[in-house]
Amino acid sequence: MRRAVFGQATGIIVTLLGLLILTFVIGRIMPVDPVRAIVGEDAPREVYDRVFRQLGLDRPVWEQFLLYLRDVLRFDFGTSIRTGQPVLEDIKRVLPATIELATFAIIIGASLGIAMGVTAAVNKDRWPDHVIRIVSLMGHSMPIFWTGMIGLLIFYAALGWVGGSGRMSQFYIGMVPETTGFLLIDSAIAGEWDVFKSALRHLILPASLLGYSSAAYITRMTRSFMLDQLGQEYVTTARVKGLSSRQTVWRHAFANIRVQLVTIVALAYGSLLEGAVLIETVFAWPGFGQYLTSNLLIGDMNAVMTCVLVVGVIFIGLNILSDLLYRVFDPRTR
Amino acid sequence: MLAALIVIAAFAPLIATHDPYLQNLGDALARPSGAHVFGTDELGRDIFSRLVHGARITLTIIFLVTIVVGPIGLFVGTVAGYHGGWLDTILMRVTDIFLSFPSLILSLAFVAALGPSLNNAIIAIALTAWPPIARLARAETLTFRSADYIAAARLQGASSWRIIWRSIVPMCMPSLLIRLTLNMATVILTAAGLGFLGLGAQPPLPEWGAMIATGRRYMIDSWWLVTFPGLAILCVSLGFNLLGDGLRDALDPKQMNKR
Repeated sequence: MRRAVFGQATGIIVTLLGLLILTFVIGRIMPVDPVRAIVGEDAPREVYDRVFRQLGLDRPVWEQFLLYLRDVLRFDFGTSIRTGQPVLEDIKRVLPATIELATFAIIIGASLGIAMGVTAAVNKDRWPDHVIRIVSLMGHSMPIFWTGMIGLLIFYAALGWVGGSGRMSQFYIGMVPETTGFLLIDSAIAGEWDVFKSALRHLILPASLLGYSSAAYITRMTRSFMLDQLGQEYVTTARVKGLSSRQTVWRHAFANIRVQLVTIVALAYGSLLEGAVLIETVFAWPGFGQYLTSNLLIGDMNAVMTCVLVVGVIFIGLNILSDLLYRVFDPRTR
Repeated sequence: MLAALIVIAAFAPLIATHDPYLQNLGDALARPSGAHVFGTDELGRDIFSRLVHGARITLTIIFLVTIVVGPIGLFVGTVAGYHGGWLDTILMRVTDIFLSFPSLILSLAFVAALGPSLNNAIIAIALTAWPPIARLARAETLTFRSADYIAAARLQGASSWRIIWRSIVPMCMPSLLIRLTLNMATVILTAAGLGFLGLGAQPPLPEWGAMIATGRRYMIDSWWLVTFPGLAILCVSLGFNLLGDGLRDALDPKQMNKR
């Protein structure tokens, strides 16, 4: 057991190191001159040389990498050119908005995906199975930024059921003190229920669309896990004992795939972040994705590389988490 | 549906009713009508013709990415799987590092570093799309590695390159083709996403994602600007997904559980 944990820890460290090498290399291959970006086009030669040395660009590449590594270990990721703030502060500020969105999305996606997956498995090769296959593949095939726009056109512009872009109506901005950064929690703490309602109205559309797009993967996995279980003898036994098919499926078979589903949902949560980048642009959602793309477009590489690093770390974290959950919940792995 | 895509791309100049780059400001933002089936955009260009020509860009991206990614993934996966040991460990570590990012985020970073253009988008997508293929090829190789016919080939004195090329690669092909097909759907969405963010094909190229991005500004009054390019992306990506799904069922039902 201890050896397994040790092996895994080394694995994680090696992956993290690889991650850093990757971001370092990407940061170095860019054609934009980082010194020119700081000193401007017509700075005198001496100024250019000084900044060049300050950035450590005169040293050999491996030394530069060690310096980068040292900064990262000190949680010093440099300052963003655009906002003038330390990049890490910026990210701390924008991340809650994205987590709020992604969490809602995964709740919707998981409920939808599991329900569809179980239904498809129970009705294998009959019409509900085929319909669900198409519905879930559709969600997987839609460009999420486009679905977002069409959603806005229909549900906001035409029907007026949901709020438009942003996290809440313009009217409410600044009314709630930021304690956690999660708007729903903050407004609930402050007792501002109008803000809470507005936030929910703005959240529901992007979260549903993201959830729908992630439901495809969850549906497919649920279906195949469920089919594995339904083919086993205990299911037949339960049926012979006179249990209704609903009880057999949900109480017996579903209980056995819960563990596997937890890991699937954890992985799906990670890939939601990808969709979040695009949908945040469409909904003007002031989150991580918008921060990343707006910095991309102006070539603020400090910010971009740190964002990439953060996403990588979140991904690795989710992988470890799903591994741990598997160990905790599945008695066979003890 | 996919055959239709190829036909459309091949005969784009014949099918298109107008020149996709011809501006006609007097006729800007016209609703879909007899003269312009899908309407016109903010510069009076015919959307239908732009979509038809855009099919060429989409196909080019898919084709280039696939011919780069397939062989690389196959090579890394089979070599790692067949040789095992330290080579396997190193190659799979590298693969895992690439896999620990969502592909769009990594392509974003690469494009940001290389500078936005269609070619760089293709390079970035290719750089991020090979790891799942390598993983799969390795998994397949591992199942065949200890098979008797491989041992027989080895006893006959075949070199490892020859064994990999002649005996292992053909066995990996079916599942690899399924994976590549499903991959194409993702490639289309990533390319469109990059185009949408302004990091892919640059104007005036009629790339579908970029068309949606420009149409966004006129979305409320002129719905057709964003609707039709989006439908085009949806159809093509759904087509590849359905094809991959069908292939998977036809070739190997066991494949359902593997990633």
